[in-house]
Amino acid sequence: MKARSKRLVLIGVIIVAFGAAVMLVLNAFQENLVFFHTPTEVKAREVAYDRQIRIGGLVEKGTFKREEETTTVTFNVTDGESSILVSYTGILPDLFREGQGIVAEGKLLTSGVFVASHVFAKHDETYMPPEAAEALKRAEEKAEATVQQATTKPTIVEKGE
Amino acid sequence: MSATRRIHWMKYASASNFYPLANRLVPLFMGLAIALAVIGLYIGFFVAPVDYQQGNSYRIMFLHVPAAWMSMFIYLLLAMYAIISLVWRVKMADIMAYSLAPTGAMFTFIALLTGALWGRPTWGTYWIWDARLTSELLLLFLYLGYMGLYSAIPDRQRASRAASFLAIVGVVNVPIIYFSVVWWNTLHQGSSFSVSEGASMTSDMLSALLLMAFACWAYTIAVVLRRAQAVILERKKVALWASQISKNKEA
Repeated sequence: MKARSKRLVLIGVIIVAFGAAVMLVLNAFQENLVFFHTPTEVKAREVAYDRQIRIGGLVEKGTFKREEETTTVTFNVTDGESSILVSYTGILPDLFREGQGIVAEGKLLTSGVFVASHVFAKHDETYMPPEAAEALKRAEEKAEATVQQATTKPTIVEKGE
Repeated sequence: MSATRRIHWMKYASASNFYPLANRLVPLFMGLAIALAVIGLYIGFFVAPVDYQQGNSYRIMFLHVPAAWMSMFIYLLLAMYAIISLVWRVKMADIMAYSLAPTGAMFTFIALLTGALWGRPTWGTYWIWDARLTSELLLLFLYLGYMGLYSAIPDRQRASRAASFLAIVGVVNVPIIYFSVVWWNTLHQGSSFSVSEGASMTSDMLSALLLMAFACWAYTIAVVLRRAQAVILERKKVALWASQISKNKEA
C-alpha cells in the first residue's frame, strides 16, 4: 500500500470512528438533549416535580385567561392527547396566541400546575402573505363544515347514492 | 472521449497557473455578487409580501438562511480541501482551506447574529440552548479553532497538518446542525424546503432567498480566490526571504 492510500484509509477510519463515537454519546444523552417535553410525556413519565424543565405544545383554544390588572396569565398547553395548565407572569412574545405552538420553561408543581418563568413562541417553517393565510383558513372552515354536514346527516348521503 | 479533450485537472493545483486564473475570476464573481444581492434585496424588501404572522420581521431570513447555508457548505469544502492536503500533500488545497476559513466564520457569525435579532421579537429571546443554535455555535468555534491552531504553531507544515486534522474531525458537526431540527425537539423551526413538498413560501420570497444565496456564493468565490492569491504571495515572500538569508550566510 502506498503511503498516500494509507493516509486516506487512516483519515476515513478516523472520521467513521469519531462519527460513531459522537452518535453513541448523543444517543446516550438523548434524555438530556430533549429540548422540551410534551404534555403526554409529562403525565406518563411523571417528570420530576419542582425541577426546571421545558414543556412544549399548542396553546389550547378557549383556555387563555388573564388575571385582572396583572400580567399573570393562565392557559392550557396541549399536544392533542393531554393538556397541562400553565401559569405565567410576564410579557408574552408577539407570536403568542391560541392555537400557536409554544415552549414554556419552568417548574411543575405537585398540584399539576406548570409555573412558567419564560414562555417562547415556537414558529413553524411556513411563510405566506396574510391574504393567503385567510384564504387557507376559509377553505379549512368550509371543509370542516362539509364534513360536519356529512356526519350529521348520514341518511341524506345514503339517499344521494 | 479523445485524449485531446481531457481536462488537465491538476493544472490549477499549481500556484503559477492558479494566480492568473484567479485574477480573471475575482472581478467577474464580485460583480455577479453585487448584481445578485441588489436584485435579491430589492425583491426581498419591496416585492415579497409580508408574512401573515411575523409581519416584516421575517425579511431577515433573506440574509439569515443563505448565511446559514454557506456556513455549513463552506465547512464541508474546507474539510474536503483539508483531506486533499493531508492525503495528497497538494499545497494549493491547503491554501484553499486556509482561505475559506475566515469567510466561513463570517457567515456563521452572520447566521447567529441575524438569528438572535429575529429570535427576540419572534420567540421572545435572543438566545436559547436548543440543538440547532448550540451546534451552529460549535461550528463557529470549529472555524475559530482551525484558524487559531493554524497560526499558533510556528512551523507551517505542522500547523497545516494539525489544523487540517481538526477541520476533518469537526465535519461530524455539519450533519448534526442540518438534521438537529429533525432529530430533536427544538425551538428553531424545521427547514422550509423539502424534496417532497417543495418550499413552503411564496414564489417572490423564494426567488429573493435564492438570489441572495447565489449572491453569497459569488461573493465567497471572489473573496476566497483573492485571499488565496494573497496567501500565495505571502508564502512566496517568506520562502524568498529565507533563501536569501541562507545565501547570505553561505557568502
